[in-house]
Amino acid sequence: MEISWVFFTATILASSAPLVIASLGETFSEKAGVINLSLDGTILLGAMVGFVTAYKSGSVILGTLVAGCSGAVVASIIGIFSIFWRIPQVAIGFVLALTCKDLAYFLGSNYTRIKGPQLENLPIPFLSKIPVVGNMLFCHNLMTYISLALIPLSWFYCFRTRPGLILRAVGENPIACYARGYKVGKIQFFYVVLGGFLVGIAGAIYSLGVKPGWGRPQGAEGIGWIALALVIFGGWHPIRVAFGAYFFGFLQALGVILQNVWINVPAQLFQVAPFPLMILALVLVNRPTFMNRFFSMFYSRPPEALGKMFSLE
Amino acid sequence: MKITDWVIVILAVFSVTTVVLFLVGAPPIDAYMLIFKGAFGSWRHFAQVLNVWIPLVICSCGLLFTFNMGLWNIGVEGQIMLGAVGSTFVIKACSSVFSPSLILVVAGICAILGGALWAVAAGFLKIRGNVHEIFSGLGLNFVAQALILWLIFGPWKRPGIASMSGTEPFPKSLWFPVPAGWRVSPFMIGLAVVLLLATAKVLQATRWGLVLKALGSNVKAAGVYGISVNRNLFFAMLCAGAFAGLVGFFQTTVIYHRLIPAISSNYGYLSLLVVMLAQYNWKPVPFIALLFAILQVGSIQLPLMLRIDSSLSGVIQGLLVLTAIGVMYARRRS
Amino acid sequence: MDVELKHIHKYFGPVHANKDISIKLSSGTIHGILGENGAGKSTLMKILAGYIPCSSGQILINGIPVKYSTPTEALKYRIGMLYQDPLDFPALKVLENFVLGIPDIPFLNSQKSFKKMFHDLCRQFGFSIDPESSVRRLTLGERQQLEIIRLVAAGASLIILDEPTTGISVAQKETLFRALRFLADEGRIIVVVSHKLEDVMSLCDVVTVLGQGEVVGEVVQPFDPNELLRLMFKEIPAPVPRCTLKCGHPLLWMDRVSAPGGRCGLKECSFTVKEGEIVGLAGLEGSGQNLFLRVASGLVEPTRGEIYLGKEKLTHKGRQVFKNKGICFIPTDRLAEGLFPDLTVSEHFVLTKFDDSFFIPWDKVEQVSVNNIIKFSIKGDSNSKVSTLSGGNQQRLLLSLLPQNPKLILLENPIRGLDVESSSWIWSYLQSFCLKGTAIVFSSSDLDEIFGVAHRIVVFFDGKIVLDSPLEEVSLEEVHQAIAGVT
Repeated sequence: MEISWVFFTATILASSAPLVIASLGETFSEKAGVINLSLDGTILLGAMVGFVTAYKSGSVILGTLVAGCSGAVVASIIGIFSIFWRIPQVAIGFVLALTCKDLAYFLGSNYTRIKGPQLENLPIPFLSKIPVVGNMLFCHNLMTYISLALIPLSWFYCFRTRPGLILRAVGENPIACYARGYKVGKIQFFYVVLGGFLVGIAGAIYSLGVKPGWGRPQGAEGIGWIALALVIFGGWHPIRVAFGAYFFGFLQALGVILQNVWINVPAQLFQVAPFPLMILALVLVNRPTFMNRFFSMFYSRPPEALGKMFSLE
Repeated sequence: MKITDWVIVILAVFSVTTVVLFLVGAPPIDAYMLIFKGAFGSWRHFAQVLNVWIPLVICSCGLLFTFNMGLWNIGVEGQIMLGAVGSTFVIKACSSVFSPSLILVVAGICAILGGALWAVAAGFLKIRGNVHEIFSGLGLNFVAQALILWLIFGPWKRPGIASMSGTEPFPKSLWFPVPAGWRVSPFMIGLAVVLLLATAKVLQATRWGLVLKALGSNVKAAGVYGISVNRNLFFAMLCAGAFAGLVGFFQTTVIYHRLIPAISSNYGYLSLLVVMLAQYNWKPVPFIALLFAILQVGSIQLPLMLRIDSSLSGVIQGLLVLTAIGVMYARRRS
Repeated sequence: MDVELKHIHKYFGPVHANKDISIKLSSGTIHGILGENGAGKSTLMKILAGYIPCSSGQILINGIPVKYSTPTEALKYRIGMLYQDPLDFPALKVLENFVLGIPDIPFLNSQKSFKKMFHDLCRQFGFSIDPESSVRRLTLGERQQLEIIRLVAAGASLIILDEPTTGISVAQKETLFRALRFLADEGRIIVVVSHKLEDVMSLCDVVTVLGQGEVVGEVVQPFDPNELLRLMFKEIPAPVPRCTLKCGHPLLWMDRVSAPGGRCGLKECSFTVKEGEIVGLAGLEGSGQNLFLRVASGLVEPTRGEIYLGKEKLTHKGRQVFKNKGICFIPTDRLAEGLFPDLTVSEHFVLTKFDDSFFIPWDKVEQVSVNNIIKFSIKGDSNSKVSTLSGGNQQRLLLSLLPQNPKLILLENPIRGLDVESSSWIWSYLQSFCLKGTAIVFSSSDLDEIFGVAHRIVVFFDGKIVLDSPLEEVSLEEVHQAIAGVT
């Protein structure tokens, strides 16, 4: 029983890795005040680009990086449109979410249902030999390690470094930042692109690790919306956002187990169920007085300038 | 936007699409020809285009209400699904009780109620739950999808084996009547036109339409004028949901004659794009819906003939909206 | 450091906001810039602070012409500005706000070293702010102090303050003035922009008076108030005569009302206003008076207490009912809260004067709006979007939207940002309602306005009503004390 429990946890850690990376990327973007609503499309585009690049070059790392770049390109469209041209972010993001999804299906249509390279597990020497913890934490692929490392790193970056302080300040009051000599547009653009890069990488982890291969449907559909919800759920705080991502992974893994317990309930239901549950969690967190006092501790204020365009007038 | 702007938009989209086609190694001219032929090749094809046009127009009408108020009714997909569930429910439950024509009327009403219920749920979550309508809408879309899957694999499954192909088809007598050889219901075309004109009239000539526009312009000022944000939000969502529910009815009784998992055919999301490209204005809606329908139907041939994915239509539609928004704001700034 | 502005011109489109302004600012002085609203003070200061560029002219520092076009570049020339609404980060901690202003902070922002610096500066100026507290919890005066410290730490030698005494307590004002004097004695230049004669006279060494974008005079200590007044206003404006109070029946009665919101909420406020009465609400910004107006208008629901109109209970009835009973509300921030920026003038009349029609009778609407445009001399036509109207015209439009016979008009800072002419027009129009028995309750940060037109003054402090008295029975001194919370 202990083995399966360890395995369960390890599965959650591995299968949530892309969600953690994507939602942290979006956290950066939103902390700087820009909503990147295109996540659902960007993740699929990243998955496609990552898979095709890795398939052609044989290098999983290259695939992941190129996928990240594709995400960065999409994010830079949002950045240019919203930061420099002041076009409503939500509109652009939504259109891009749909367009990128279709673009991914279209460009990837020659590569469906073929076997490609995959991220390999890299057990860390010595550490992986520790009982229980070794199997749980130190027998993963590279990207899972990165996702685990990224959580404390993002927290440290946001709350303990100078650029992190500036990042939070930009999302709170861009005009005050301008008055203090920070180049608001450039800073916001940088974080939007950085966030997009992480989201692209997250996509690649799906096609190269969690749901290997490319096809329609790929299996990462809807994840982008969950990542967006997680950022709100986590109150724009990296650690709580990551916690939410693992919670979602837990729900998904639980679905797989329950599927074997209740055989007569259709499997599709278990695949879909975590999504509405996640949104329900959002409702509870977002409205402290709605249900009870307990949830109010999860409530936090969004960055003051989130979604608003910065202009000098 | 002026004509010249539209030309710029279309040229830009054309060139990007051509590049995309080169990327997958498909001959662009052939692809465009296929889309054209796929949409206009015969009456059968064009009837199909109209069968996409009808739901797009009806759904866009509903969205005009919510967009005018500044609401992002992304839950429109789920509202279509619930409409489909509502009409299927009536047909399944009452087929032995009423006469076929009465059943269809009741099914239509039930579909409208279903869509409206789903829209109001999103509105409720916004008003009482303080959840942005994008997220409540998305969540409800997932719930609706789960509901349909459960119905198809559970209570309404086909005798013998449940499958993704949907429920057992309805008896022919319960199909929405279409004149022989028409392949498209003239009644539904008329309904779409009437609904569009009615929507335009309500939004432009009534005080309520103005109230919605006012709320879209500045919600904070509403209180000063004694305008209830919540009540108007409720009614705007109700309208959008009712229209979407009607689309669900159309999809089940006119097109598929059963409930299938992909019953909404993504028309909800597509209608959002239509209205955005129309810049939240009713006049361009029928034309843009026609263009989208042509792309949608024309690209069905692509996988068969050129071995490329039919999602090309989605790419073109998305690019159209993207460039149009870009050009529009560039004009506004200069 | 000596700074000289030479022949500064600034155009906003066709508007000539600054006309050939030349001012010398010398080290160690506190220089006042005095002028009424719209005199071009703010524009000039924004140019000096690098916030907007000037159309033509020169800025010389120690005799050398310099050019800069952003606040950052201005700060490199050691020029910093403190805005009326402090540009800070309410969600962040005080110390973080402080650190953000310092140009060279190391990558790892270990805050310990900055804490010492912060404490030292605080002690120097006699400020006491907790570096760990969130800026959201500070009063306006404390936020101002934080900004001053930040500017000093960033090395500013010329500090501009825009209306620094609006909305802070008397005690805070004294602290501020002491700090400014200290800074000047250290050799810095302090520029204070104000329209409050009294403050400028007690603080400044030199005063430049601006009028309609031009320098109309420069005066040095000792000041003659009448001379300054004559410079500020070509003719000293005759105060609006207070209309006589016809003692009517009690109209609105609020019984121990509490409500959340704002900086301190509203605590157990009891209040009655009679027909035909004008009541002025005073207090520091955010002491509850604006929340009080929103509760009285039905926009915010009280958590405790009851509201009665005449004998009828209105608590929890919602804004619609309040509005239908004839309770009107006009907020300060007209474009943000009072009007729909994308709608035209006539569409606003549809929303207010054609409540019952389903279809809009456009020809009648056109007639009504044209009539009102003429009656209220609104510069604009019925099809212009209200966002294109000027502030004064927006306020006139809001007044024209009032119903024929309102029972109670609630106004938040009704003449803020308007020139003298518009202000007196607005008050004489409002007073015409009072003669018909309408009651008016307004908040104002300008005591002169309250003493000029109101029959009664109500002072808020920390969400509570601390003074409620007819004007003839209270002295300015008592009001000052009440505003500052001295009992």
